[in-house]
Amino acid sequence: MTATPAVKTFVIDGVDASARSEQTILSAAREHNIFIPTLCHLEGLSDVGACRLCLVEVKGARRLLPACTTRVEEGMEITCNSPRIAAYRQMTLQLLFAERNHVCAVCLANRHCELQSLATSLGMTHVEIPYRFPSLSVDISHERFTLDHNRCILCTRCIRVCSEIEGAHTWDLMGRGIQSRVITDLDQPWGESDTCTSCGKCVQVCPTGALFQKNRTGGQCCKDPSFLPYLRTMREEP
Amino acid sequence: MTTLTEELDQITAKVQQEQQAAGDRINVCVAAGCLSLHSDAVQHALEAETKKSAARCAVRGVGCMGLCSAGPVVSHEPAASASNENATRLYRGVQPEDAPQLVASLQGEPVAKLAISSQLPFFTRQTKVVLENSGRINPESIEEYIATGGYRALMHALNEMTPAEVVQEISASGLRGRGGAGYPTGLKWATVARVAGAPKYVICNADEGDPGAFMDRSVLEGDPHRVLEGMILAAYAIGASQGYIYLRAEYPLAVKRLGIAIREAKRMGLLGSDIGGTRMNLNLEIRLGAGAFVCGEETALIASIEGHRGTPHPRPPYPAESGLWGSPTLINNVETYANVPPILRRGSAWYAALGTAKSKGTKVFALSGKVRNTGLIEVPMGMTLREIIFDIGGGVDEGHTFKAVQTGGPSGGCIPAAQLDIPVDYDSLMQAGSIMGSGGMIVMDDSSCMVNVARFFMEFCMSESCGKCIPCRAGTAQMYGLLTRITEGTATHRELDLLTRLCDMVGATSLCGLGQTAPNPVLSTLRYFKNEYLAHIEDKHCPAGVCDCTASIAEVAQ
Amino acid sequence: MNEKKTLATTWLDGCSGCHMSLLDMDERLIDLSQQFDLVYCPLVDQKIFPPHVDITLIEGAIGNEEDLEKIHLIRERTRILVSLGDCAVTGNVSALRNPFGADAVLRRVYGEPTGTLAQVPKIGLPKLLSRVRPLHDYVHVDLFVPGCPPSADTIYTVLSELLAGRMPDLSSVAHFG
Ligand SMILES: Cc1cc2nc3c(=O)[nH]c(=O)nc-3n(C[C@H](O)[C@H](O)[C@H](O)COP(=O)(O)O)c2cc1C
Ligand code: SF4
Ligand code: SF4
Ligand code: SF4
Ligand code: SF4
Ligand code: SF4
Ligand code: FES
Ligand code: FES
Repeated sequence: MTATPAVKTFVIDGVDASARSEQTILSAAREHNIFIPTLCHLEGLSDVGACRLCLVEVKGARRLLPACTTRVEEGMEITCNSPRIAAYRQMTLQLLFAERNHVCAVCLANRHCELQSLATSLGMTHVEIPYRFPSLSVDISHERFTLDHNRCILCTRCIRVCSEIEGAHTWDLMGRGIQSRVITDLDQPWGESDTCTSCGKCVQVCPTGALFQKNRTGGQCCKDPSFLPYLRTMREEP
Repeated sequence: MTTLTEELDQITAKVQQEQQAAGDRINVCVAAGCLSLHSDAVQHALEAETKKSAARCAVRGVGCMGLCSAGPVVSHEPAASASNENATRLYRGVQPEDAPQLVASLQGEPVAKLAISSQLPFFTRQTKVVLENSGRINPESIEEYIATGGYRALMHALNEMTPAEVVQEISASGLRGRGGAGYPTGLKWATVARVAGAPKYVICNADEGDPGAFMDRSVLEGDPHRVLEGMILAAYAIGASQGYIYLRAEYPLAVKRLGIAIREAKRMGLLGSDIGGTRMNLNLEIRLGAGAFVCGEETALIASIEGHRGTPHPRPPYPAESGLWGSPTLINNVETYANVPPILRRGSAWYAALGTAKSKGTKVFALSGKVRNTGLIEVPMGMTLREIIFDIGGGVDEGHTFKAVQTGGPSGGCIPAAQLDIPVDYDSLMQAGSIMGSGGMIVMDDSSCMVNVARFFMEFCMSESCGKCIPCRAGTAQMYGLLTRITEGTATHRELDLLTRLCDMVGATSLCGLGQTAPNPVLSTLRYFKNEYLAHIEDKHCPAGVCDCTASIAEVAQ
Repeated sequence: MNEKKTLATTWLDGCSGCHMSLLDMDERLIDLSQQFDLVYCPLVDQKIFPPHVDITLIEGAIGNEEDLEKIHLIRERTRILVSLGDCAVTGNVSALRNPFGADAVLRRVYGEPTGTLAQVPKIGLPKLLSRVRPLHDYVHVDLFVPGCPPSADTIYTVLSELLAGRMPDLSSVAHFG
């Protein structure tokens, strides 16, 4: 490894800025207090570029680029917020709200949900996309936690934290497209999982009310994923 | 000690001698299309019959001859004129019972009731480069491939050209990727060759998942060594010693023939270590895909070879820089590789003279739908859609009128009659709102409802979406739902407006090509056939008479 | 002087909670009421929806044939139609039955223990639609006020802005749930 990482200079939302060459647009933007919405990204986990909320415009690029996986480059001109991007972000949220059954009023994550708060911060007052109202199950077999597919947005944070941090690899994805869903082990009930250590990390990182601790009532499922960067740093130190 | 090149010449001479000695040749198409019509039984009957009659004649199973709609197809090449195509007799719809009559006709007149003229525009208007051997050689015999001049380009390159010169030759030919996007092949090779890092990999994308597409399959089934030779040349050019052919498991015949081809090439010293007596090594392996369309996307394909779930990853980094196991990786389509040996054998100038300014060479198409002659064709780039559909394809059926042609599969679009005179090349098709794609070409007539066509492709994209990113996973399902409502007659302008905005959003924000191009069939039908959408919405009427537009949005439960 | 705007409110498939929140404005409601004529409301005795209304607040989703009839009539007769609360905006709690279907609900309510639909009253009960949907699935809605229920403050903002002839911008304050 080189001793001093190169510094890149670029323009972000009209401001001259700089960052280390291995930094992503997202981390550079956050350092400069520029808001870019995210759902699949979580500090301390690998990035997958899946939710597409963090897409930004880069001058000269043919397509919008995900801020969470794109590295800064010398001379980049980045626009994090434009009317076009704002419209796409709202539509992305609408697609999520319409995809499964989100009934905030009776959801355990009410007021502690990243999806719900993004709807407010991105100014989404209603969903014009038709609701799909799929029939989905709830897995209550685990003694401490519950999985409610109705609220899952398939961000795969649970999968990543369980394999990258906990090392249990309990979670996986099954099916494809609109039929995709998260599963534990080989699609067994979570409570019968051989690999789950009941560490609770997946519950803490889940951005919505899809994973929650049992014996909580509505609006009480506070999440705290702040342990992640800490754990990651501790492990990376020699 | 004989060099491998000399050995190839000896084999060529021997094969030609044998063919002379064997007399006439009867080629039975045993590619998938004809095989599904039991052409294997025809082959057996012909074999039995020739034995019985003691005719000096060899019966062989060969790859697709193109006119699949006339299957099972059989050709007869008289001995005296093995290389003179005009003397070849072609037969259609041959049944096992026809064997005695066919064998009896070898010395006399053709069997009239089965004969098709080889002077039909279907044959004469084509230019065969990729398919030059298909239907003419036994794909399971490396000797026959060698006898057509095979592996000479490889030996020449290994012995007389530097890798950089090979790249240069491909660049000069103007070849562009045949897997869909049309990226310049020479440029891609040059990038992988330039990027530092070892090992490097070559991958052949033989996943071919477009509905109705069978171009790559036919090449692999009919002339597998051509693809191998192209891959070995590519490996030489970029400095790879390991390669993979990613093939869908639904193509068992292609798997089998490719397996035989790899074994034979190894036996001949054309694959493995010290290829052709040089210091080049290349190990090629077949990897079978489970048949998900998205696994044809290059980053998903690489993930699948690595043993992960076949889902795409954001690019950059591109495989050329960081591909298989993080190494620089060249990934090309079957047909792209199949073009490489003839380019090196006959020179880039020869190749660049075929086609148009920006689209060189030929393109293989699977012509299907409401057209008389369906099958596999190869035409020079730049031929007009009209020539392809009406001259080669024979036009639409009596009593019907042509409405549109769909190219590019689920990522492409529908082109209306008014645009039939555009040349078929990457840029003209793009301008017309479609794409070249991998070579699907579906003809539609007045009995096709364009909204329903768009809905069909959207259903395909919806069920093939991997589900990783939101716009494609949920967006394709929503667009499918909206298209369904239009066809059912429950949509208003509100739904149409939403559909249009979703098309824009899904195309602009999806992670991989599947989602990015999924709106294309809708966008192109909206562009040219908006009146059909409006008829469904405003008049609750389907002009083609396909959809029943009588549903009601507020269904009562009890 | 006939400068006052006319206001109507009604509830469809909802719990009346949104109306309770409206009343929670307390004395502010009295101030506001100087500026409008309440021409139709579940809490006043008026059977027929008037022909021309400036502002109509609707609580609740569309779940049965009667709702459907009403919403079309109201839309026709209203200048500014407001979806008030999550039920009107998203379907919300009223739409909880959607993944199971209307029959399952009827069976549960009228069918136990036999599990048949024979007991479902034929008269006096509007027919259920197979799915409960938000208002804007059927008619054009001019303003969306999410919340279950929206707070009295939010409703106050909405009403005072509308009465002042402005379209309130709720995009930074409104939230679901
Ligand atoms: C959803 C999707 C499916 C694809 N399927 C195929 C395929 O079946 N075969 C193929 O060669 N390329 C396919 N591609 C294109 C590949 O990603 C890649 O561009 C191509 O293999 C490159 O080869 P080329 O440069 O020779 O065209 C697909 C792309 C997408 C987005
Ligand atoms: S997960 Fe979030 S958005 Fe979904 S219902 Fe619960 S609180 Fe609302
Ligand atoms: S509780 Fe821990 S081990 Fe169990 S699934 Fe969640 S993250 Fe994995
Ligand atoms: S359960 Fe939670 S963390 Fe896991 S994919 Fe669903 S929303 Fe994301
Ligand atoms: S665009 Fe579709 S296929 Fe591609 S990554 Fe996204 S969900 Fe998967
Ligand atoms: S939004 Fe909430 S308070 Fe209002 S009617 Fe619906 S359930 Fe009741
Ligand atoms: S946060 Fe970047 S794509 Fe999800
Ligand atoms: S499959 Fe036999 S001619 Fe094409």
